[in-house]
Amino acid sequence: MEIFDLTIHEMHEKLLAKELSSVEATRALLARIESVDDRVNAYITVTPETALAEAEAADRRIAAGDAALLTGIPVGLKDIFVTKGIRTTCGSKMLENFVPPYDGTAVARLKAQGAVIVGKLNQDEFAMGSSTESSYFGATKNPWNLEVTPGGSSGGSAAAIAAREATATLGTDTGGSIRQPASHCGCVGLKPTYGRVSRYGVIAYASSLDQVGPVTRDVADAAIMLGAVAGYDPLDSTSVDTPVPDYLAGLGAGVKGLKIGLPEQYFIEGLDPDVKRSMDEAIALYKSLGAEIRAVSLPHTEYAVATYYLIATAEASSNLARYDGVRFGHRSEAAKGLAEMYAKSRAEGFGPEVKRRIMLGTYALSSGYYDAYYLKAQKVRTLIQQDFLNAFREVDLLLTPVAPTPPFRIGEKLADPLQMYLSDIFTIPVNLAGTCAMSLPAGFCKDGLPIGLQLIGKPFGEEAILSAAYAFERETEWHKRNAAL
Amino acid sequence: MKYQVVIGLEVHTQLTTDTKIFCGCPTRFGAQPNSQTCPVCLGFPGALPVLNQQVVEFAIKAGLATDCSIAPRSVFARKNYFYPDLPKGYQISQFDLPICLNGHLDIEVEGEKKRIGITRIHMEEDAGKLVHADIPGVGDNSCVDLNRACTPLLEVVSEPDMRSPDEAIAYLKKLHQIVVYLGICDGNLEEGSFRCDANVSLMPVGSKVFGTRAELKNINSFRFIKQAIEYEMERQAEILDEGGRIIQETRLFDPNTGTTRSMRGKEEAHDYRYFPDPDLVPVIIDDAWIDRVRATLPELPEAKRARFQSELGLSEYDAEVLAASRELAHYFEEALALFGQPKAVANWVMGEMTRALNEDGKGIAECPVTPALLAQLLQLIDKGTISVKIAKTVFDEMYKTGKEPAGIVQEKGLLQVSDSGAIEAIIDEVLQKEAGQLAEYRSGKDQLFGFFVGQVMRASKGKANPALVNELLEKKLKG
Repeated sequence: MEIFDLTIHEMHEKLLAKELSSVEATRALLARIESVDDRVNAYITVTPETALAEAEAADRRIAAGDAALLTGIPVGLKDIFVTKGIRTTCGSKMLENFVPPYDGTAVARLKAQGAVIVGKLNQDEFAMGSSTESSYFGATKNPWNLEVTPGGSSGGSAAAIAAREATATLGTDTGGSIRQPASHCGCVGLKPTYGRVSRYGVIAYASSLDQVGPVTRDVADAAIMLGAVAGYDPLDSTSVDTPVPDYLAGLGAGVKGLKIGLPEQYFIEGLDPDVKRSMDEAIALYKSLGAEIRAVSLPHTEYAVATYYLIATAEASSNLARYDGVRFGHRSEAAKGLAEMYAKSRAEGFGPEVKRRIMLGTYALSSGYYDAYYLKAQKVRTLIQQDFLNAFREVDLLLTPVAPTPPFRIGEKLADPLQMYLSDIFTIPVNLAGTCAMSLPAGFCKDGLPIGLQLIGKPFGEEAILSAAYAFERETEWHKRNAAL
Repeated sequence: MKYQVVIGLEVHTQLTTDTKIFCGCPTRFGAQPNSQTCPVCLGFPGALPVLNQQVVEFAIKAGLATDCSIAPRSVFARKNYFYPDLPKGYQISQFDLPICLNGHLDIEVEGEKKRIGITRIHMEEDAGKLVHADIPGVGDNSCVDLNRACTPLLEVVSEPDMRSPDEAIAYLKKLHQIVVYLGICDGNLEEGSFRCDANVSLMPVGSKVFGTRAELKNINSFRFIKQAIEYEMERQAEILDEGGRIIQETRLFDPNTGTTRSMRGKEEAHDYRYFPDPDLVPVIIDDAWIDRVRATLPELPEAKRARFQSELGLSEYDAEVLAASRELAHYFEEALALFGQPKAVANWVMGEMTRALNEDGKGIAECPVTPALLAQLLQLIDKGTISVKIAKTVFDEMYKTGKEPAGIVQEKGLLQVSDSGAIEAIIDEVLQKEAGQLAEYRSGKDQLFGFFVGQVMRASKGKANPALVNELLEKKLKG
């Protein structure tokens, strides 16, 4: 086994046992990036100098007997996390040369544990996309098949795990942006409950939906990463002041007597047969482990995608107004006068998907349309939330596919945004409801591409998801397969 | 045709919190450009607003002082528009769910009392400032100073209840007095701490249907508000007289010419695309919080004036003057606590003291004569140690030096002479010297009595006890 194949907990043991130093681990990951990333394109920016300095500091901390779980562990960050002194692009030409003056809370918490930041990961521009193809820095490739997309928007975060280019990564999930790429790349991806992890220092796409979460090799690593970044932050008014459980300690709880619901609206005609088969096998496994399976209904599911594309784009149209060329980011050289500076800077700095969503959102908020679109969407959002709360009166967890199909080929859906949007049909409702969900490896399709299983939990029910996922993982080998690169 | 003007006012008051509304930067005026900024008030990617709770308390204070109801749940909304002084491309304000609703202020113009409705009061952040003129090294470019960005404001919106420029001014002065009294705004008009927009329209006298209004912006003094409204009334009347129609528009007041000019019409009006700010949670205020804030409210000018009249027996005028500013009222009451004669204290505060401060261009807070010193002075008069006339000399010395009155009296030998023997001696001297006048008096020119009093006082250098002088002189002349 190579150093870059290790999970966090495996590496942590070796670091404590002095079988491995953080500098060695960091060098191993940097070398791996060097050797494969020209094919995968998971990274926008790699930071070897600062990473090695952090690794040295981590080694001193380990030597002093003061190691936390993440001390010395090489991690990658989606380029949506602002990092002090490290260029942060959000996948956009607009921020091609933007070097933030501060660290966000999640990054600061990783650093406080002594994690080593090896670089910034590729993503769809401003997290708008499901394939990482809208990045200004080129599409990320799926390590399982370089002609296939890794999903998105956190495609770099997932591809880096699948390609062994980071021991763990952080992504963000607004409509499935952690879970869908994790599913497509055969990783574990967790979207925590809205408010569980601070959004301070996360470049906003849709503020009421964005949430930070880990992409990892296995469930235990997800528990470690979540434990590191979760918790109340006075700098984020929407972060929730509720205690953070010891996620790692709770992993072994098992699923005996656990009530797992299957939402009928998620097991529809036309579901890809390979996806369907993986779900059936997973359901059978949970049954055999003593879980109780029952059908539930989430009746407003069919409105979720439309609702999402009104709320998310409305918020985005406002969130992205700050990119005006005045204080930071791209400013057009060609502009004369104020209005032209705005228009040209934004026309040149934003890509087509971002422009599409800004226009959609601006329209949805416009006088005369607000009630029909934005307000109506908020009402439907409430109904979708109630769907979940009703279902959770009957069951403890929901089990669904992450995506209706296995990963698609690069370019396949670019010409048809609606098809692209529909690939998030099973993940979007969770963001609208504000609750938590995880994608975990559950099989492979006939082309050898990964298929993910989604477990959806009650608000702040991450522990139940993690222990159910851990029970599944112990009985399966899917997460142990490696992409051949 | 004769027209009735209809005026509604929107006032922006800048709050005197130590820090900004959504970040921890200081709100101090006049610092180096962009020195009081951070990722939040610069609108940097990833930065998030956190509400300053003191702003909420100040808003509750303003609401309670203007008889508004305080909303148990109010919501911040984003007002979206592009401008270089607006870092995020939106202003965080309140829209359909403001913190205070349905209040009023009572004003008085030429003896007539009137109630002006307050539609709403809401919290919002200020924008930065653009500097266009002659900056070394930047040529004819404009510069952005974001020190003021994210400074807390309360916007107070009145009903269109005012019917003359004087009513508008009375309302503004009243509101100004209240926010300064509450200690939530420094009231400084020049620095823009209290800014006003006016909605002005005309309708035929007797009509109940309001005309089309123009919104006047950029008015930063009480004098200008009168000028702006009066100009606007003439402008609109002229158009209506010629059979024209008023266009709904925003007009900019130019203090140099006293006129208004069109800034943008209805067609160019922004569509602000308000929506609830997803970065902030609703502001929830329970009764307990309101009660806590209510307990910290100072006595407001109106209540104070009434109490000064009813409890202290001051005249309406004196009560009004003393209650007009919180500092002056505070001074008065401090001195009164140490010297319990309201009328005497009021006379000195409004007389000698105000005169000295005015000559000096100082405010009461900077007065070198503290309430305690003034009370000591009044005690000296009361005990007959010095005369009122001498007291004025002593006061001037106190004002100059900040010394205690007793020390000054001692030092300068200003003690009042109440020794009958000594005064009689002076009287004798005066009568001897003024033998001619004395003869005239004796022949029946009674009014010369005052002359002798004056001469005696002068001879004593003002120190003779005037009552005793009168008494003894009378005895001497008539005896």
